[in-house]
Amino acid sequence: MSLTESLAESIAGSAYTAAPRRWLDRLLHRNWGRTAVIALPYVFLVLFFSLPFLVVLQISVSEAEGVKFKSLWDYADGTLSLHLKLANYAFLATDRLYVNTYISSLRFAAACTVICLAIGYPFAYFMTKARPTLRPILVMLVSLPFWTSYLLRIYAWKGILDDRGVVNNLLLALHLIDEPIKMMYTPFSMTIGMVYTYLPFMILPLYGTLVKADPRLLEAAGDLGTTPWKAFWLITVPLSKAGIIAGSMLVFIPCVGEYVIPELLGGPQTLMIARVLWEEYFSNNDWPMASSVAVSMVALILLPLVLFNRYQTDVRGEGADAAAPAGGPR
Amino acid sequence: MIGRLGRFWLGAGYVFLYVPILSLIVFSFNDSKMASLWTGFSLRWYEAIFNDDEIISAVWVSLKVAFASASAAVVLGTLAAFAVVRYRRFSGRTAFLAHINAPLVVPEVITGLSLLMFFVAVENLLGGVSLRGLLTIWIGHTSICTAYATVVIQARLSEVDRSVEEAAMDLGCRPFQVFYLIILPSITQALGSAWLLTFTISLDDVVTTSFLNAPGSTTLPVLIFSRARLGLDPTVNAVATITVVLVGAVVTLASFALVRQERRRAEAAAAAYREAVAAAAV
Amino acid sequence: MMAPSGALQTPPVPAGPPAGDFLRVERLTKRFGEVNAVDDVSIAIAKGEIFALLGSSGCGKSTLLRMLAGFETPTSGGIQLEGREISGLRPYERPINMMFQSYALFPHLTVWENIAFGLKRHGQAKERVAQQVERMLGLVQLKPYSQRKPHQLSGGQQQRVALARSLALEPRLLLLDEPLGALDRKLRAQTQFELHSIIKSVGVTCVLVTHDQEEAMTMADRIAVMSAGRFLQVGAPREIYETPATRFVADFIGTVNLFDGTLVEDEPGHCVIQTPAGRFYVSHGITGVLGQKLSVAVRPEKIEISLQAPERTDANCFRGDVVEGAYFGASSLYRVALADGTKLQVSVPNSERHGAVIKVGAAVYAYCSPESLVVLTS
Repeated sequence: MSLTESLAESIAGSAYTAAPRRWLDRLLHRNWGRTAVIALPYVFLVLFFSLPFLVVLQISVSEAEGVKFKSLWDYADGTLSLHLKLANYAFLATDRLYVNTYISSLRFAAACTVICLAIGYPFAYFMTKARPTLRPILVMLVSLPFWTSYLLRIYAWKGILDDRGVVNNLLLALHLIDEPIKMMYTPFSMTIGMVYTYLPFMILPLYGTLVKADPRLLEAAGDLGTTPWKAFWLITVPLSKAGIIAGSMLVFIPCVGEYVIPELLGGPQTLMIARVLWEEYFSNNDWPMASSVAVSMVALILLPLVLFNRYQTDVRGEGADAAAPAGGPR
Repeated sequence: MIGRLGRFWLGAGYVFLYVPILSLIVFSFNDSKMASLWTGFSLRWYEAIFNDDEIISAVWVSLKVAFASASAAVVLGTLAAFAVVRYRRFSGRTAFLAHINAPLVVPEVITGLSLLMFFVAVENLLGGVSLRGLLTIWIGHTSICTAYATVVIQARLSEVDRSVEEAAMDLGCRPFQVFYLIILPSITQALGSAWLLTFTISLDDVVTTSFLNAPGSTTLPVLIFSRARLGLDPTVNAVATITVVLVGAVVTLASFALVRQERRRAEAAAAAYREAVAAAAV
Repeated sequence: MMAPSGALQTPPVPAGPPAGDFLRVERLTKRFGEVNAVDDVSIAIAKGEIFALLGSSGCGKSTLLRMLAGFETPTSGGIQLEGREISGLRPYERPINMMFQSYALFPHLTVWENIAFGLKRHGQAKERVAQQVERMLGLVQLKPYSQRKPHQLSGGQQQRVALARSLALEPRLLLLDEPLGALDRKLRAQTQFELHSIIKSVGVTCVLVTHDQEEAMTMADRIAVMSAGRFLQVGAPREIYETPATRFVADFIGTVNLFDGTLVEDEPGHCVIQTPAGRFYVSHGITGVLGQKLSVAVRPEKIEISLQAPERTDANCFRGDVVEGAYFGASSLYRVALADGTKLQVSVPNSERHGAVIKVGAAVYAYCSPESLVVLTS
């Protein structure tokens, strides 16, 4: 049958021409609801998340003029000139203090992540070994601190590590030391604070992954002659890779941009980039500088974030959904 | 099953997690002004809280903002979760996903600064009107909390059986009816936990709120933060104790309720199975 | 009705119960990307008929069912129910109801409310709703469970709720998606008959989708064997089994022995096909060309084996050694290796308690009657 014949047949046989108005109704009706559902949160977030960041971007390259900023562009004598003050960025990139601060932030975040992993992995592992009736309680006890304000818990560490804090008082009372040990406002105190805050974020994803592990795999390994220690490293750990990566990202990325912990527990040796931003704004009132720091912080975090996202989409195959056909044959 | 090493590790870990909280609580009953030298049992700091207008108004502000933020975040989060889970193809989906997930990873100093700069710019545009206050704090909290709400709701929504929706349509439900008759009832628990989560996040928020602060709209965390920076303050301990006890009670009760519900469900299913087997044997 | 292609057999194949115009599918196609999941399918189904779409996964049967329900829109072609074109209607606008493979019961509603759901959406009066729900509960024998929630029911009970729910609206067409797929073996056999009798007693026209041949053969009046989006053969169960139209159908349904050979004799009353395994004498002629390549199919239960030679050994008779024997209680399955290497599958009913046992390794004669052979050209 020729193309036109079969086409004519299909049109005559189908309902498409039979009720055109109903089709239009359906088209309008369906897309409307969908658009609203997507648009409402989208517009809100663009307005109150992306747009503000663009403002920051603009300010970072602006010249301060009292409370306002000079315009970025002007049109005079037939020429459009763009004034982008890149001095702030140049400064950030070359000034030793700033560069050191960036590196320091990354190092502290990395150290915190590693420590959390070292403590958290065995912790999560032993949680899975508990009786099934005990496990929900263990999980709840790990997540309970998360629900209480982290500000208060960091403050608690102040009370513990201070020169006149609990630990020092105890050691002094036991005559183990003559003078209070300086623990406060050091890299040590800040690291403890960070590990303390982010440990649950490492434990819970690890637990989630480990608890789903098939115990029969370990039984099979044992059956084939592997010692439990070796089986742990050859089977359990590699299979929990997803949990390790998730937990590490959940700790590392926020740690880089942490402000409260360095402020309350850190000191002059703990250079963290978020504190720099805060000071530029609140102490120096240098809005363009603060904005430049903000933009560079985003750039700093962007790389691990993109890598993590790439890994996630590979694992979950979500990236494929953009190209997948609508439904596919069942 | 846990073994000696396991017991030690878990024990040490839990001690590490809870000792600071316990020390907060213990020293809130300390008579001395020096928050870490025990001189005697006293409730004076609790009395001080109830006479401290600053704290009381801060609590009130925090609760109001948290309630409003949580509610707005859950609504926006439900819509966003729907868009993420159900609408697999639409132009700008990648950008949409990025917007939904960004607040989870961007440090709060940046979100705080951005929102502040944005509101200042808007204020200038409107001719110097001061916008900052409860409204801007609410907006800031909502845009952060929406991301968390979306994650929680999305996880539940992706588990909902699509065939149940199709069955509803097959029996005569129009699309919107399907949503509030079928989908909504099955995600109520996720909505509840999303609300609680965002309420907590808003209640605890320090950094963004500090940027958006204005006289008359100081929240509790901002107040505590400023006091904590100055040094150790026993009233903070008292506030902390009240918070911890309240939160602890709520979370424990909620966990037990959840566990009990799950157990009842499993028992019901097992009972039905036993019945069927018995009936077949007859 | 589509004639099975490639079957050049006389006498003409019985077409099953007379096809009517209750449900008419015309040249229906559904395209996903590059692939036609359903490819130019046409069928007419009579009122009250139970029609099965049988095929393995990916053959397009579920897509076709979903198009009938309204969850997929056809790329081209039409669907007419009682003369009315419905392919443009949404699922909630069609007088069709579907029973889902996973049952899809509303978890937050009781059994009673699940069944009443559709009636309420259609604005039925309270008394009418109650009346109908009670009727349905009686039909599926679930009256004592009406206040339970789905998670408090067993698999079989959930299925009955799903059935009651889809019948409550008294649909013009009932669709079943793998109705017995989620049940265990024992329950399946019992449920097959129950389901069939309920549907027949209600008298509703029914289209069901399954990959299980037994399910299709037990429940359906007519079966359509589907592969790659097309119908390979449509007919009553007996016809599909005893007179398959193609090699694929013959192999898909049950077990079959297939021999490839050449046509050497062709008369109105008989024909002879020569294969490497031996000569086949078929009890009817085909209008073919001598030297033509075709296949002969014979079902295992139509072959007899014995240690003694039969009367005629020039055709339909093979000598071989038993290489495998499996005892299934009601019958035994033997594999006989023939001279040319072909393994013949023979099914022998154990009609005597202490009948003669054929041992592995025995040299036997396998033979069948001329009427038991089916000639296939594709």
